[in-house]
Amino acid sequence: MLEIKNLSKSFNAGTCNEIKIFSDFNLVIKEECTGILGTNGCGKSTLFNIISGVVMPEKGDIILNGKCINKFKENDRAKYIGRVFQNPSMGVSPSLTILENISLADKKCQRFTFKNLIRKNKVGEYKELLKALDLGLENKLNTKVKFLSGGQRQSLSLLMAAMNKPELLLLDEHTAALDPKTSRLIMEKTQELIKTRSITTMMISHNVKDAIKYSDRIVMIDGGKVILDVKSKDITEKELTGIYNSRNYGSPIAEAV
Amino acid sequence: MNTLILTSIEQGLIFAVLAIGVMITFKILDFADMSVEGTFPLGAFVFARFITQGVDPVTSTLAAFLFGSLAGLTTYILNIKLKIKALLSGILTMTILYSVNLRLNGKSNVALFEYSSIFDGVQVVVVLIIIAVAVKILMDIFLKTEIGYLLIATGDNETLVKSLGENSNKYKLIGLMLSNGLVALSGAMMAQYQGFAEITMGTGIIVVAIASVIVGDTILKNANLKNTTRAITGALAYKFIGAVAIDLGIDPTDLRAINAIIVIAFLSYNTFGPEMSKIKKRNRLEGAQC
Repeated sequence: MLEIKNLSKSFNAGTCNEIKIFSDFNLVIKEECTGILGTNGCGKSTLFNIISGVVMPEKGDIILNGKCINKFKENDRAKYIGRVFQNPSMGVSPSLTILENISLADKKCQRFTFKNLIRKNKVGEYKELLKALDLGLENKLNTKVKFLSGGQRQSLSLLMAAMNKPELLLLDEHTAALDPKTSRLIMEKTQELIKTRSITTMMISHNVKDAIKYSDRIVMIDGGKVILDVKSKDITEKELTGIYNSRNYGSPIAEAV
Repeated sequence: MNTLILTSIEQGLIFAVLAIGVMITFKILDFADMSVEGTFPLGAFVFARFITQGVDPVTSTLAAFLFGSLAGLTTYILNIKLKIKALLSGILTMTILYSVNLRLNGKSNVALFEYSSIFDGVQVVVVLIIIAVAVKILMDIFLKTEIGYLLIATGDNETLVKSLGENSNKYKLIGLMLSNGLVALSGAMMAQYQGFAEITMGTGIIVVAIASVIVGDTILKNANLKNTTRAITGALAYKFIGAVAIDLGIDPTDLRAINAIIVIAFLSYNTFGPEMSKIKKRNRLEGAQC
């Protein structure tokens, strides 16, 4: 369970360009998959950056399963949080092979030493994990990741982010850069992964249909506040699109002070 | 001509160690580390200081490696702790090292002919091959370890390293120290090879190092070889090209410019070479159709 309490964050504080993103923002996430929606600039990605420790808020607590992680640095939070970005290259090391990437992810949050990274006895296990992605990656273990397609790279990122069963998985528009078919495949694999491992997940998406189909709860943020918070089964695509469109794109980022 | 080949091989092997060092920052970490220009003579001057104080040549050479890695630490502090841009951090370290190098022995030129060296009593080229191969093997082993892979990943994608729960700065530090240590080692080898340490011996050395890396990558483009092998081959090939240029009667005064032109030529070939061959192929095909 993730609790965000009294969160405040503004950019360029104290200047004429000050932008207030959140002021006294509260949110509790219990469900397996919560879809986070909102117009561009409403603070969705900033929220993820705050949760994962990339951006520090002025005020507020981030509590993950009872632990207050405010003071943890970005790399220390990685022990509990997995994140997949919109850009498929963000979650992998492109100049390393698939096997090397997975081997690194397998060591996540353990002590890295002067031992050989590649352990032959683990290869079978990795092949099984890759096979489950249905993209034929299990036969390309020694291919450098930079030679893979965006979809293949993103599915590898997803696998790597979820490998050590994080307490929270953040998906930041992770299918936005993919074609519709691959996007659907990755969404299905994501759901499979979340459900089988029961990982608490927050998923930013602009795709209303996907958000309703794949998440259990929908939270819409606007102007630094939660403006909609419903169970996915209680809202239709049409209603959600209506709410989405009633918002002015771009403007709701908190008014300049 | 035989002397020319032997000299190129010997100098090429010294520069191979330099190239492997610079490869770590330039190629793996994607960090333009200019401090190399100060670290190379630092290695020479540290060696001179130790050897003139009566320390044995092997220890003096290893001391050069150690002090070189401290120069890497300085660049790291400037870049990461004081948040100065990478390029400027390197230039600042290089500038500090200029004074340090002069201070080390109190003069800008130290003759080492009278002192013992790691080449005493053995064939110079044999010692150089042993050092270059040892550095290569150790480096290859290191890059296969968990920490070695994290060094590669840091240059590739820092976000990934952080998401693995690691502080990516730690790997930048390892890379910078290792790189500058190797550059200083190469400087100490050069001082012993030429018989003196001199303040200007670092000028333009970054071009030599990067040139070696680029030449190695270009001529071995399609070969499935380790980066260290490419760096060594590049250093040897580059030195050989330079030697041929001198043999053809080019004034040594123009050598620096020639060095830079070689780099420009290889870089341009990398960028435009494939296009040129495509155009040629097309012309040929069109010609065939006519």
